[in-house]
Amino acid sequence: MGSKSHTDGAWSERPVQTRSERYASANVGDFDEPTGREVDWKLTPIKLVRDLINGELDGSPLESQVAVAQPVDGFSLSWIDRTDERIGSAGLPEDRASANAWSHFDQALAIDITGEEPTGEFIVARSGLGTVARAAHTVITAAPNSRGILVLENSGDARIAENVEIVVGEGAHVTVVTIQQWNDSAAHLASHFAQVGRDATLRHIVVSLGGGVVRVNPSIHLSSPGSNTEAYGLYFADAGQHLEQQVYIDHEAENSRSRVKYKGALQGEGAHSVWIGDVLIRQSADGTDSYEENRNLVLSEGTRADSIPNLEIETGNILGAGHASSTGRFDDEQLFYLQSRGISEEEARRLVVRGFLAEIIQQIGAPAVEERLTLAVEAELTVTV
Amino acid sequence: MSVLEIRDLHVSVDTEQGAKQILRGVNLTIKQGETHAIMGPNGSGKSTLAYAIAGHPKYHVTSGSIVLDGEDLTAATVDARARAGVFLAMQYPVEIPGVTVTNFLRTAKTAIDGSAPPIRTWVKDVRTSMENLRMDKAFAERNVNEGFSGGEKKRNEILQLELLKPKFAVLDETDSGLDVDALKIVSEGVNRAKENTDLGVLLITHYNRILRYITPDFVHVFVAGQVVESGGPELAVQLENEGYDTYVAASAAAAEAIASAEAAHAAAGVVDAPAVNA
Repeated sequence: MGSKSHTDGAWSERPVQTRSERYASANVGDFDEPTGREVDWKLTPIKLVRDLINGELDGSPLESQVAVAQPVDGFSLSWIDRTDERIGSAGLPEDRASANAWSHFDQALAIDITGEEPTGEFIVARSGLGTVARAAHTVITAAPNSRGILVLENSGDARIAENVEIVVGEGAHVTVVTIQQWNDSAAHLASHFAQVGRDATLRHIVVSLGGGVVRVNPSIHLSSPGSNTEAYGLYFADAGQHLEQQVYIDHEAENSRSRVKYKGALQGEGAHSVWIGDVLIRQSADGTDSYEENRNLVLSEGTRADSIPNLEIETGNILGAGHASSTGRFDDEQLFYLQSRGISEEEARRLVVRGFLAEIIQQIGAPAVEERLTLAVEAELTVTV
Repeated sequence: MSVLEIRDLHVSVDTEQGAKQILRGVNLTIKQGETHAIMGPNGSGKSTLAYAIAGHPKYHVTSGSIVLDGEDLTAATVDARARAGVFLAMQYPVEIPGVTVTNFLRTAKTAIDGSAPPIRTWVKDVRTSMENLRMDKAFAERNVNEGFSGGEKKRNEILQLELLKPKFAVLDETDSGLDVDALKIVSEGVNRAKENTDLGVLLITHYNRILRYITPDFVHVFVAGQVVESGGPELAVQLENEGYDTYVAASAAAAEAIASAEAAHAAAGVVDAPAVNA
């Protein structure tokens, strides 16, 4: 599986310039321990998550901590062995925490989406993970032409490194939502790998509202012609919280399409958010249509929002490729408009923030979940705004 | 009867080059039920007047006042002016992502009235006003101004005007960018508000096309930050035929006279200077 000298951390040699050249391996021993200078670690407080990156992890299956809200036709859930052929079907770790999790998990949670007319969203909730450092692995497989919304909910205490594989079959159209509402002390390092099939659509939505260090990095490979992804994200970083997402969209096949939109709000001393958006349009990806966007709304002093879009284009024959990033305070014109209708400044601010984030919540497509998240954002706002 | 008075209003606006004086002593008195048209060339300060009345933070009143029924609003917050009964229909209404029209209207109505409107009558009022403005029902669930066409945005402004029932409305180039059908629909909305609530209107426009549908009681010609002539509806017809050229030329000549007088004064100052220092 290659040698250490090829890892991302080997700065004595030429650093990796192209996203696709980043080293990948399922074996933790193939990665150096990160120093904090690496491109994919430099914005993460690695001191707080060393145990997850370098230490031994408890990889026993979380059978009693994972609960299905209610059965839904077209969705099924099971625990599978490491040797199952589904493991590794969507991608391999590109950083040490991901490889550490991969090296330590005993069994993987398998979620299969097979229905073409689902009756509702399938909610898998995880809580009560305690404070022991854990590894987990999930494989989500959407059968050809299947449809559905899968919601992964996380709450309570946790120290967990994990990988989530998502394989979207030909013509399928699925939404995978991962919601992080951990306790303030929790640490969560997750890598998501997705392969999107021919003319299939993956809607991938990351919602991070709580946790000490939460890092969810989706890598979505548009590996078949006509594959499509919409990657959305919403985060609300409070005092002392580090919420990070490194999004990688890999346009491998022709006529693939991607839209990335992450929006975040920050308030309170030490609130830190990181968004890195890598989009690679390979030479083989003629007809690509791509756009990525990150917007941050700063609600108080003492916060920090890192926003780094990277666009690599290896073919000129594309429909479009663009990116946008902004980090700012309130839009004065929006406040003026609302106030000119009699709405007080305080309420106008609340409306604007709620609206700013609602744009992402509205993408989920499951009214009950949207409602709950709207209330959660509301609760965040009453803290200081 | 309510009266909105603009008294000797001087306003500057922040620019990258510093504060720039735009309004140079505007006087206007608008009584409830009256419609005043402000007409003038581009860059004359018409929109600045609109924003200054509404209290936009970018515009600074350097002297003069805005008074509603004897209450000085010059230093009032934007929302306090709205609650006092002043409404601005904007030329470029902004998008508010994630806030639906329904939610926005109810929030604004509650703020203006000081209590939430009774659900049943409110829903009916909204529906009726939307039907009158030929707005599709689906509008109510869309985000405010997001993805609206120019005409839809203007209709949304008039929808708010009809529902919030202010005493005075400033219409800032509400006619710009509208085709004839949309212009009629929007004008009907304004006329309904005038009829139903005895609304006073300050109608700011570049063209007199809208005046065919909304009849003004007074027409004011606005040039270089001032009202340079006032008259009845016939003045609009005259402007249509003759344009603003004579007013602009007169204003430029006046400005030049002031500038040369100032220059002469400055030159005199330079001559004086050594004597002062000596």
